[in-house]
This record gives sequence, C-alpha cells and structure tokens, in this order.
Amino acid sequence: MTLSARARHWLPPLAVGVGFLALWELFVQVRDIKPYLLPAPSLVWEQLRANLEQIWSATLATGANAVVGLVCGIVLGTAMALVASRFRFFREMTLPLAAAINAMPIIAMAPLLNNIFSSTSAIPRRLVVTIVVFFPIFVNVLKGLTQVHATQLELMRSYAASDNDVSRKVRLPNALPFLFTGFKLAASLCVIAAVVAEYFGGLQNGLGSRITSAAANSAYGRAWAYVVAACALGLTFYATSVLLERLAMPWHRHRSAG
Amino acid sequence: MSGASAVEVVGVTKTFNVGKPNQVMALQDVSLSIRPGELVSLIGPSGCGKSTLLRLIADLTTPTAGEVTVNGKPAHQARVDHDYGMAFQQAGLFEWRTVARNVELPLELRGWDKKRRRQQALDMLRLVKLPDFADHYPWELSGGMQQRVAIARALSFDPPLLLMDEPFGALDEMTREHMQAELVRIRAATGKTVVFVTHSIPEAVYLSERVVVMSPRPGRITAVIDVDLGGRDEDTREDAAFFSKITEVREALRAVEATSPEPLEIGAVRGVDDR
Repeated sequence: MTLSARARHWLPPLAVGVGFLALWELFVQVRDIKPYLLPAPSLVWEQLRANLEQIWSATLATGANAVVGLVCGIVLGTAMALVASRFRFFREMTLPLAAAINAMPIIAMAPLLNNIFSSTSAIPRRLVVTIVVFFPIFVNVLKGLTQVHATQLELMRSYAASDNDVSRKVRLPNALPFLFTGFKLAASLCVIAAVVAEYFGGLQNGLGSRITSAAANSAYGRAWAYVVAACALGLTFYATSVLLERLAMPWHRHRSAG
Repeated sequence: MSGASAVEVVGVTKTFNVGKPNQVMALQDVSLSIRPGELVSLIGPSGCGKSTLLRLIADLTTPTAGEVTVNGKPAHQARVDHDYGMAFQQAGLFEWRTVARNVELPLELRGWDKKRRRQQALDMLRLVKLPDFADHYPWELSGGMQQRVAIARALSFDPPLLLMDEPFGALDEMTREHMQAELVRIRAATGKTVVFVTHSIPEAVYLSERVVVMSPRPGRITAVIDVDLGGRDEDTREDAAFFSKITEVREALRAVEATSPEPLEIGAVRGVDDR
C-alpha cells in the first residue's frame, strides 16, 4: 500500500472517531450532564493521566490473566481437535457437546470458581478465560482438520501417502487459517472474560475490580478511565492476533491487502 | 515397444451401494487395452462411468468384478509404486505451498533430498513453461497456469502413465485450446501414456490416437474410434479429416442416445440384474 492509500484507508474511521468524541464533549458541556450519567471525554482523559501508574499495573494484571488463559485454551483446544479429528467416535461425541457449551454464558461460572479457590488466587479468572477460549479454538481447528478439499485427498491417495503424511502435509496446514479464525475470536473474548471475571470479587489487582471499586466510590471519571484501558487492552490483543496471522500465513496476505 | 499393455482392463464391473435400494451399476463388463505411449480419451454423457473407469485404473476405487492391470501389475501395486501421475478438473494445488513446493510434494513423499527435489521441480516448471513462477503462491496464477502446475506435479516423479480427469473442463475456450496444444507438446517431449477423460468431442479428437465412446445405464464401451491425424498443430483444427473424425465421434455418441431412452433408470438397472 502506498502512503496515500494507507491514509485513505485510515482517515475515514479516524475522522468518525474524533467527530464522535467532539460531539460527546459538546453534548455533555451544553446539556450539563452529570458525570455519574455520562462523564465528558475531557474528564476521562484527565483521570487517565492522573492515575496512569495504577491503570498500567491493573492493565498488566488483567493482561497476564488473559494471556495465560488464552495460551492454555489454544493449546487444549488444538490438542483436543487433533484427537477428535483422528477418532470419529470421539468427534461425534464431543462436537455437539462443545457447540452446546459454547452457547452457554461461561462467564456466569466465575463466582462459583471464586468459591472453589482462595480469594487471593488468580486461578479462577484464568480458568474462566481458558474455558472461554477453548471452544472457538476446538470447533474451528476441528473444522480445518476435517474439511479438506476432496481433490487434495484424492491426490494424496494417488501418491499412496500414509495417514501420517496426509495429516502433516495436508490436514495441519489446512487447519491453520481455521485456527486463526478461532484465535482472532478468542483474542477479543479472552480480554472480555478476564475483565468481567474480576467483577465477582476475588483478587483486587485488575481492571475489572478497579472499575467496580471506582464506580462504587462515585469516581465515575476514574471508572471510565479504566474502561478505556480495558478497550485498549482488547484492541492490543486483537491487533496482535491479526499480526501473528499474517506472519504465520504469508500465502494469505492478499486477502487483507486486497 | 514391448508387447505389454500400459493399461489392461478386463471384464470390469463396478456397482455402487451394493444391496441397497440406490444400487447403481456404474460400469458393466468393460474391457480396454491401452498401449504404452498411446493417448486414449474416454468420452460419453454424464453417468457413463468414464470417470469411474479412470478412478479404477488409478486404484482410487476397486472393481466389483474383473481385473485392472497397470504397467503389468495389479492397479493397487501400481499406485503404491507411483506408476502414474494424476490431474483433476480442479488443479488441487495446496494454497500454503509455493508453485515449486507444490511440484515437489510427491518427491517429498518419496524421500528425495531438498536440492534434488528443487532441481526436478524447476525442470518440470520449465517443461510446462512456468519457470518464473516457482516462488509464487497458487492464488497468484490464472486457472490455466494452475492446471499447468498440476501437470508438472503429476509428471514430477516421471511416471510412465498420466491419468487426466477433465483437466481443462473448467477453463475458457481459448485457454482450453492452448492447453490442449501444450499437452500435445509435453507428451511429445516425454513420451507418456495418457488416459484422458473429457466431455468435449473436439478435445478428444484433437488429442487422441483413440477415442473410447461410452454410454450410461449401465456404463459400457459402445465404440472405439481410431484417430489417425498424424502430428497435431493449430492447422489440425481446420483440417477436413479433423472435422470428419468429430462427426464420426458425434454419431457414435448419438447412437448411444438412441439406444438408451431417458426415463428408465430403474428398469435398466433391473434389466441388468436379471441377466
């Protein structure tokens, strides 16, 4: 992409975002809206700068939970998908179950997990993230391992290739784009799960707990500043997943470029 | 050339879904002998079993009765020994591999070392006139170019036999004629035996030494037409002899239609069962 093409790509959404913030500020000032209803962007910005250190450490704490859960979920989901792709019986048993569990609000389990572990443990929220991440990874990778183009399988058969060769040279690379579809989904979900899991008590070091305590103390500007940090964390995770996808699959680059 | 056949099909019958209500006899008592170095086309309406016959030769499916011999050995052994290369209507390139690495895949499976593999792939890409595209990914290539890569891949391990299942069927007419000329050239350069499935009469006549005409319900061979047009080039397509062969094949196909009136699928299958 040339510089001007890049600018044309980014300028419209940027303009909309800035315009939206300006309208928001104007609306709050002109109508004199109280901060507990809606704080002005300028107030949130002020709070963000005033609490930068605490916000940064809370972001790191929540980010660490999200990363640990994300990695565990991806490893488990991929491993289970590999097993399921090999054994038809196992696949038919687990796939409908996985789809059903995936539709359930797993975050609702957070308070229960909090009771199982001690209140100073980060394990329950990491567990929630792992479970949330597991399902999109499992379902997508399994799809990628099994939905192989018929011609490609026939071709491997014509070469008298072993099952092992078919897995290594066809099924696994075929599953890579599916893995990243699940990964990009999970990258957004894991931050949401990590933040929301903190709403239900336990350790008080992350963004979620800071948002609830600031709101409880009527420090609405500060609460919003933490929300902004949570948004930034989610975006960072998503951007990282997109970047990793491009690095891992150079043959796919045309899709995002075109 | 030795007296042995490249492909020998003897009394082959293929029935799908045996014993079920949707039982279909795809091929009935088909025999065909193909000489080494020969190019034979299989042509017929859909459902005549031409693709099934090719897949039987490739050992991608097994006959219900009869025998298939390739290169003097059972079809299964020939597949294990990599005695044939295959190209399908879909090029079936692996999108995560570069063009050269697609061509290298069968060599990888045979355990060739990297340097030798690469050298062979580049030779093959020269043969199909795509030497500059070795490091491109398949999506960067047109449909005709992808088919060339598929042919290069099928020939990479130098099998004596090339099996092609409507390889140019998805291409536009201009590209298709160009690819036919390319196949004639590649075959002249390599001396491969080719079995070519098509539903295009001019394509069959242009490419083949023999055209095998098949008919459906149940699939069987109804005519084998020798095509003696000598060396093929672009002038061949305007040759009177070319047109008279096209007419001959077309009439053989019409005779097929005349003998199998449409609405009797079930009756025809039953009639076969009674015999």
